[in-house]
Amino acid sequence: MNKTIAVTGNAGPKVRSDCEITLQLNNGGGITIELISKVKALYGESIADLCRQIFGFYGISNADLKINDSGALPFVIAARLEAAIKKLTGTDREYLPDFIPGNSYTTTRDRFRLTRLYIPGNNPSLMINAGLHSADGIILDLEDSVAPERKDEARILVRNALRSVNFHGAERMVRINQGSPGLEDLDAVVPQNVNLILIPKCEDQENVRIADRRITDIRKRTGSANPLFLMPIIESALGVENAFEIAKASDNVVAIAIGLEDYTSDIGVQRTNEGLESLYARTRLVNTAKAASVQPIDSVFSDVADMGALESAVRISRSLGFEGMGCIHPRQIAVIKKGFAPSAEEIERAEKIVIAWEEAVKKGLSVVALGSKMIDPPVVARAQKTVDLAIRMGLLPADRIDIEESR
Amino acid sequence: MRAKSVINAAGREVPVEINGEPVIPFKGVGKHRPAGKKHAPSIPSFVDYPTDDNKVIPSLREALKRCGLRSGMTISTHHHLRDGDLISNTVFDIASGLGVKDLVWFPSASFPCNEPLIRYLEDGTINRIEGSMNGPLGRFVSEGKMKGTAVLRSHGGRVQAIQDGEVKIDIAVLVAPSADPFGNARGTGGPSPCGVLGYAKADYLYADKVIIVTDNLVEFPCFPMEIEGNYVDYVVTDNIGIPEKIVSGTTQITRSPDRLLIAEMTARFLEKSGLLKDGVAMQAGAGGTSLAIAVFIHEILKERGWRSKFGFGGSTKYMVKMLEEGQLGYILDAQAFDLDAVRSVEENSNHVPYPVFNAYNYHSKGNLTSMMDIMILGATEVDVKFNGNVVTHSDGYLLHGIGGWQNCLHARNVILPLPLFRDRIPVIVDEVTTLCGPGELIDVIITERGIAINPLRDDLLRSVEGSGLPLRSINDLKEEAEKICGKPRKALFEEDIVAAVKWVDGTVIDVIRKIKTQ
Repeated sequence: MNKTIAVTGNAGPKVRSDCEITLQLNNGGGITIELISKVKALYGESIADLCRQIFGFYGISNADLKINDSGALPFVIAARLEAAIKKLTGTDREYLPDFIPGNSYTTTRDRFRLTRLYIPGNNPSLMINAGLHSADGIILDLEDSVAPERKDEARILVRNALRSVNFHGAERMVRINQGSPGLEDLDAVVPQNVNLILIPKCEDQENVRIADRRITDIRKRTGSANPLFLMPIIESALGVENAFEIAKASDNVVAIAIGLEDYTSDIGVQRTNEGLESLYARTRLVNTAKAASVQPIDSVFSDVADMGALESAVRISRSLGFEGMGCIHPRQIAVIKKGFAPSAEEIERAEKIVIAWEEAVKKGLSVVALGSKMIDPPVVARAQKTVDLAIRMGLLPADRIDIEESR
Repeated sequence: MRAKSVINAAGREVPVEINGEPVIPFKGVGKHRPAGKKHAPSIPSFVDYPTDDNKVIPSLREALKRCGLRSGMTISTHHHLRDGDLISNTVFDIASGLGVKDLVWFPSASFPCNEPLIRYLEDGTINRIEGSMNGPLGRFVSEGKMKGTAVLRSHGGRVQAIQDGEVKIDIAVLVAPSADPFGNARGTGGPSPCGVLGYAKADYLYADKVIIVTDNLVEFPCFPMEIEGNYVDYVVTDNIGIPEKIVSGTTQITRSPDRLLIAEMTARFLEKSGLLKDGVAMQAGAGGTSLAIAVFIHEILKERGWRSKFGFGGSTKYMVKMLEEGQLGYILDAQAFDLDAVRSVEENSNHVPYPVFNAYNYHSKGNLTSMMDIMILGATEVDVKFNGNVVTHSDGYLLHGIGGWQNCLHARNVILPLPLFRDRIPVIVDEVTTLCGPGELIDVIITERGIAINPLRDDLLRSVEGSGLPLRSINDLKEEAEKICGKPRKALFEEDIVAAVKWVDGTVIDVIRKIKTQ
């Protein structure tokens, strides 16, 4: 822990909106700051001020700091510098950037989770505009998209992003790591008004309970009462077997997701677009989710270039009963949203059924008929769900039909 | 020593003299009327030219000597061979070898391949460049190292300057992909085709001496001719360019999700406002975002069964596709950016060369861009009064030429799709670092975080009322940029002027000063 030089962050010809920090702590000589940056003329002074402020916060008076900057925003510079200081001193003090007022929004249990955009937790350039792509949720990922030796600095970056970046109403999500690094992740991010935590590689209810307990402890300390939900991700054969207990492990679980890359690897098969090999896992997931009254969420589609194949995958996903899919690229969002939305014909048919049912109720009839066809209660229930979905997606005006806010 | 200066109509302080010649300060859009006659080169006589009309001579060096290359002359070149050009540097290698000094280089644009000319700026072979300066040349000039003052003009402004005698070209060295011994030349054919030769037109008509350099000498007649042989003094054969660098193999639309968002919003704006309609005339640049917009527009035109009457190029494969699939009536072309465009010029009679000489000269009897319903342009900065900058970044360094930008501001609806900030550099600012185009001509700014419409355009504001588009005031957008990036300090400059920016009528709209080294 007491090396004398720490290097954090990223620099290079393809790097944008990030910086590389080289920090050396000394015994004397004061603070020197060397800045290489395209924005030196515009922000050189304010960058130096920020760094001195941070040094002051950590009680550091003697250091050589070199910053190789590619247009990093202040919250990124602060995160990289804090990570370097932490590497050298082991401090657990947090230098928290301002929490922008736009980030205090809360979430609801049953909001749409049709599209959630994964953002690698150590890549600031993708965070800045993530909220503009109209995904229902944004997942700042600390797990598989971050290299093991970068997880500490990513944690600080994600924490800062939750405070400083405007996500424009998207559900604020973080995917934590497994095991005790995951608990450290929770310590850092839960106080930042996270809306939902994704717990990777869940195999049994303990995975969920451990995280849930930690979250409760943290929130007791910070006094936060905003809704904070859980989404366990099931990525193995054992997880699939235990899916129901995982879904029921806590009241805070609102959805369960399947991770097909790891699952197919676990059962020793190749993942295909057709997905026959994972059919059992996916249908079981849908079944347990419905039985547990949570949302079933499908895996990400990794071929970003093939929109045609994505369209087919979404169609199948929806027909199996899934209510959303992960995205790894913004251009997948529109395709997935369209795929999960009911078609115009479906909406029209559903409307007719619901209207027929309401007429029947008004007339005191116990049997619903549409033309010459009889309509069973389950059909009416399904039609009602479709109408609800259409209204909530803005495909049907809300005043057309009364809906019950159930669930 | 501070040169005598005045405040021009745009509120910028400009000198009254540049490179020893008096200049006119910007008076406002459409306020300056030139007086006098057009410049003309000396009257030649066939007596002095080969009786067999064969003007081919062994080398460029020989040609320059016979043209009487001397210190202090103005040498012009065109940029149709872009970053693959080999001859513009060679001209100054030869000049340096002959001990000539204080030349004025007058290119229609410069490219990274011209970086080696820095040594001739340093040793005084070249006194100054009147033309764009990218990258290393730009830095060199911004640091005050060039002897003379640079002058930046739009493509149309360059034609105006030649026509009005503001710049008197002594020798024009014009590369051509095909030429005959008489001096007729065109932009197609041979190993290094570039499509069209429009930027050479003012040069060959007005220069005192004209040298054609070609790698493809053909038998008379070289047809159709874009350069007319009876204005040509000498024809030289040599390698003229590196084909892969002349035009892109293929131009690509942007892959960046953020830029695609802006492109999509622009297409939506054009649709909802009603600007995009059957018979529309439009023009867009060849940058990744512009191309993405072109693709979206193409889809809308196809869906509706509409057709754009004509478009003005820089042509790319996307424009060619619109032409070939029936959504575009004509491409009027100032320059070809990729191989598809080059092919189309040769094959398609509705794809015609249309030089900036005929399209963009403000001191003539027409300006083509004012026929455009939709004009899509870029910028480095825009300020809260909608003024635009294309030549410097907020750090004050020269980085770009004006291109056709100022000429294009005369279109009916000028739309700038821009990111709100680029790598922490705010694009919407309090005041532009360098004024290139006045705000009254810029109508709409489209960013990923909202659309700002110039308050002068009531009609546009009304056309998108209730459309669901994210309309915001330009001040709002500027403040959001500052909130995210921090409030930037302004670049610091010395008093010395390193470059002048001319408006389309030859008046001085702004200057660029020497960077203050920290």
